[in-house]
Amino acid sequence: MPAANTMPDLRAIRPPEQSTPSSGPADAAPTSFDPAYIKIRDFNFFYGTNKVLHDLTLDIAERHVTAFIGPSGCGKSTLLRNLNRMNDLVDGIRHLGDILVNGHSIYDPLLEVIALRKRIGMVFQKSNPFPKSVYENVVYSLRVAGRSRKSELDEVVERSLRGAALWDEVKDRLSDSAFSLSGGQMQRLCIARAIANRPEILLMDEPCSALDPLATAKIEELIHDLKREFTIVIVTHNMQQAARVSDHTAFFYLGKLIEYADTKLIFTNPSNPQTEAYVSGRFG
Amino acid sequence: MTNFEEEIRALKDEILAMASHAETAVSRALRAVVERDIDLARTVREDDTVLDQLEIKIDDTAIHLLAMAPVAFDLRLITVAMKISQNLERVGDEACNMAKRITDLAGEPEVAADTAIPQMAKLAINMLHESISAFVGRDPALARRIIPSDKEVDAINRELHRALSSFIAEDPGKITRCLALMAISKSLERVADHATNIAEEVVYLYEGQDIRHVKNLKG
Repeated sequence: MPAANTMPDLRAIRPPEQSTPSSGPADAAPTSFDPAYIKIRDFNFFYGTNKVLHDLTLDIAERHVTAFIGPSGCGKSTLLRNLNRMNDLVDGIRHLGDILVNGHSIYDPLLEVIALRKRIGMVFQKSNPFPKSVYENVVYSLRVAGRSRKSELDEVVERSLRGAALWDEVKDRLSDSAFSLSGGQMQRLCIARAIANRPEILLMDEPCSALDPLATAKIEELIHDLKREFTIVIVTHNMQQAARVSDHTAFFYLGKLIEYADTKLIFTNPSNPQTEAYVSGRFG
Repeated sequence: MTNFEEEIRALKDEILAMASHAETAVSRALRAVVERDIDLARTVREDDTVLDQLEIKIDDTAIHLLAMAPVAFDLRLITVAMKISQNLERVGDEACNMAKRITDLAGEPEVAADTAIPQMAKLAINMLHESISAFVGRDPALARRIIPSDKEVDAINRELHRALSSFIAEDPGKITRCLALMAISKSLERVADHATNIAEEVVYLYEGQDIRHVKNLKG
């Protein structure tokens, strides 16, 4: 059973209301509920001198889907990319505060970033399969890690493709080029690749924005299944998608956390007027 | 104004039109009862189709708006509008039920209990009027104030039934009139119930809090 039933009411951690976008930093209440897997604490992030994330404090629950929403430039993708330290690759970045995954700081100097990223799979807006076969795409990270036993790789391919709800469609064409797949299949292949290493967390940055409604529905169904095994964080501009797939939703504006609550509440009765305006399509 | 906002405004206008018709229907039905006016009773029954048509129109507008995937306040407004229109349509049905009973009363002398009917009707119509005022005026506090009146109407209805039952026992010649008055009383009690439902929906709309059946849930 997923931990959903034991999850305390997230309304308790809703940050205080803010009346205007320019009012002080979002002072998200301390979050201390039990199945928190990722703890973001007083997190600030800078590109050079430009502060793009302001005093973010929130917990992300284990084996739940958490959606980050907000208008372009609100910092949701920046925060997502901090969770696996993808932003380390950008020049001139700096952070204050901390992010803990399963109780350990991801900024621990003793932690190897590569090891961290193995624990955190990522799926991007545009599917980005490697110019290799379907099979080789899935086992790529295992081969890089020096694992080459065919029976193990076969097992990983089948498990990952089944996990990504793609196995039945591609089991007879595993040696075909990944580029021969449809857009939706390619994105599911990328998900299969991301889960091949059995990560703990799956980050998704607008995973369906380039897909048609049918392919989107398949990915959403898949997200629903995957949360049994993974802690999922998804950035989306599609409000209905956030409402459909996520358990909790965090709304960001100008780098601040404006409201964080059960998804049901955010889309039926948000407490903050800015959240109301954004989810209703009246600003942003 | 966006297309969505225009349709939301149209939905609100349709609710207001329907509320106005429903209130008029109950007021006319009451007058028809008091004045034993068969022609007016017929008008009430004929005009009920207006409410039926408005209910269909509101559902149609609401379904179209729901297809645009509204959320938050808009979502609550649209679902509440559908529920309010359903309650208003039933208010119209109750006005018709009252009107149908006029034939049993026409030409018959009054019974002593007749005076309770206008008193009940006044309360029920006022509840209906205020619940719609709360909807229009974005006033959940007013909606909350309306709800206790339902008990008052229930009490009058019970008292009236007791009185009419004893009249029947005393004088079986009054059976037809007394049964008609019981039915009319019950209809007015139902009008108050529908007004209460509307008031509860208005609280949900503006406060996001579902206050229906709270007492039952608490046991």
